[in-house]
Amino acid sequence: MLDVSGIVVRFGERAVLDGVSLHVDDGEIVAVLGPSGAGKSTLLRVIAGLIRPDSGVVALEGVEITSRPAHLRNIGMMFQDEQLFPNLDVAANIAFGPRMHRWSASIIRERVDELLGVVGLAGFAERRVDRLSGGEKKRVALARSLAPRPAVLLLDEPLTGLDRELHDRLIGELGAVLRTTATTAVLVTHDRDEAAALAGRVVQWSELQRGGS
Amino acid sequence: MDNHRAALNRLPRWFVVTLAAAPALFIAGFYAWPVTNLLWTTVRRANGGGSPFGHVGAIIWFTTWQAVVSTVLTLLVGLLPAYVLARYSFRGRRVLVAVTTVPFVLPTVVVGAAFLALLPQSWHGSARAMIVAHIFFNIAVVVRLVGSMITVIPHDLVGAARTLGASPIQAARLVLIPLLAPALWSAAAVIFLFSFTSFGVATLLGGPTNPTLEVEIARRATQLGDVGGAATLSALQLGLLAVVVVWATRGQRRSAFELKGAAGPRPARTRGERVMVAGVSTAVVLAVGAPIVALVSRSFDVGNGWSMSAWSKLGSAQIRPGVGLGVDPLASVGASLRFAVVAAVIATVIGFLAATAINTSPRLGKLLDAGLMLPLGTSAVTIGLGMLITFDTAPVDWRARWWLIPLGHALVAVPFVVRALLSVLRSIPGDLRAAAATLGATPVRAWWHVDAAALRAPLLAGAGFSAAISLGEFGATTILTRSGRETLPIAIGRLLGRAGALPRAQAFAMATILLALSTVVVMASGIHERLGPDDA
Repeated sequence: MLDVSGIVVRFGERAVLDGVSLHVDDGEIVAVLGPSGAGKSTLLRVIAGLIRPDSGVVALEGVEITSRPAHLRNIGMMFQDEQLFPNLDVAANIAFGPRMHRWSASIIRERVDELLGVVGLAGFAERRVDRLSGGEKKRVALARSLAPRPAVLLLDEPLTGLDRELHDRLIGELGAVLRTTATTAVLVTHDRDEAAALAGRVVQWSELQRGGS
Repeated sequence: MDNHRAALNRLPRWFVVTLAAAPALFIAGFYAWPVTNLLWTTVRRANGGGSPFGHVGAIIWFTTWQAVVSTVLTLLVGLLPAYVLARYSFRGRRVLVAVTTVPFVLPTVVVGAAFLALLPQSWHGSARAMIVAHIFFNIAVVVRLVGSMITVIPHDLVGAARTLGASPIQAARLVLIPLLAPALWSAAAVIFLFSFTSFGVATLLGGPTNPTLEVEIARRATQLGDVGGAATLSALQLGLLAVVVVWATRGQRRSAFELKGAAGPRPARTRGERVMVAGVSTAVVLAVGAPIVALVSRSFDVGNGWSMSAWSKLGSAQIRPGVGLGVDPLASVGASLRFAVVAAVIATVIGFLAATAINTSPRLGKLLDAGLMLPLGTSAVTIGLGMLITFDTAPVDWRARWWLIPLGHALVAVPFVVRALLSVLRSIPGDLRAAAATLGATPVRAWWHVDAAALRAPLLAGAGFSAAISLGEFGATTILTRSGRETLPIAIGRLLGRAGALPRAQAFAMATILLALSTVVVMASGIHERLGPDDA
């Protein structure tokens, strides 16, 4: 269960987030729908621990984690531009999280194989990530963010930048993966169809600003 | 078919060959021939017996370890300023970038003199003084090469590692450092080359007990008259440097990754970030400013309080009536300025012709480009020594000709001019020439109106850089200089070698003049703007 309440973030004089609140139940997929530049990505960064809010509280399973560093939160994030590590191959990218959590080598190998199968990239383990197509990169990014079994997965415009056909196909695949793995997720997007197809609940950005969902 | 079509608007072959002829002859006559002659002298000497080495093993060991320590420490010290300047936008950032590049464009003699003025007496003539000066001198290399790479690493890449469970240190070790590896290799290679071939700093700060290989080569050639021994050591140094360059290039290739997009600097948001930016900015200004302030203030210190006497006596070549100073300070200013103008003209003309030829003819250009870059991998003393032993017999007995010195300076400057011009030429869209052709311009006229017209600013920068290199050049000039034609760096070196507070203060005064001249040239030609990290 993720609880975000009264988050305020100011960059200089400008308040990017002004009292944003959001509640997500275990296993729920919530889509936050809003225009570009509204501050949705900043909210995800606050939840992930990449930006410290000026005020407000982030709590996971009833425990406040507002001041906890990103690497100790167990909250995964799939970035808009994938942010795959170009110095690592596909398998090493997916194994990165489990390595950081000190899983054993054999369990990491099993997890990588399992996720490669889930995202339809079996046989891609040793590929260089800069040689992958746009759709393949998205799949690796999804597998990588799921690998350490995060308590919550944050998806920042995960299908932006793809052509329409691939975008529509990946919506179905992404939804299936999230449901199969029973992942608690927060998706931010400006695409109404994407939000409706992936999420169990869709909230408007303006509703969050007014005091919570 | 495509080749045939492209050939329609191509510059005629005779034109390209004519452009390439002068640079090719220049590099063949004044670099390839002297250096080959130097290597041949080494072979003849080896066959004739007699070891040139003696205590050279200790000198090579010292040269190597001080260069390694200088390289490692410069990388460590330079990483944080490089990161802050590449990652954060803040008021005064451009000024700070210019400040970090100041040491790099300063003549090595000025850097040496400034640290003599700054460091306590107990540090003079020590390896640690040399290493500190090398760090000061080379910080700009880290800021430029590593900083440029940092600007293309997306901010979120480290964020991605953090959300996957990596601590800040793990994220730096596993993501940031591997991605920076190619830039770190390049920077390390450049800093090692500069520190290994250190001459001005090593001569002034290392003292006679800590000679680098470069200092020993010059000592043998100019003081002991052992030109053969000096040639052998030069050949050895060329070989060692070639090994380092090959090794570094391999390391750089192995660790190269494709990074797309640019992260660009962003404002410091958190309190910690703002403290880091303020702290690094203050430290950089203090570190660059302290030696320069010390240099200027010591020029007014003649042992008995503050005095203008060092400055007021610069017009005289005597300490007191009948006691000669050994050099004529003001005459050396004139000589330096004359040589700088001649070197700038030669380097700019040759660089312009070469860059145009390289840009218009890929096959011929590649060869010419490689040839013109060779002097960069050769120490200045080696270039001077090659010229000294080559141009010593009729009909090319030019050792006493004044123009040999600016010609040597131009040899070192040409690669920089070529690079500055090529970067502009390569950014000109091919369609511009095509547009000129469709409007009736012949290929030569299209070239004149499109390419040549775009080169004004980089030509000015190239001329300025050449003049700055010439003003500060010390290694080749030490070998080629003749009495009565001393340049500023030579005069400063001589004065610092004399006993007494007055000659020393005069040396600091002249180093201040050289500092001012170099700064004016650099600022006027806009070179400092080309040396900062790339803005996204």
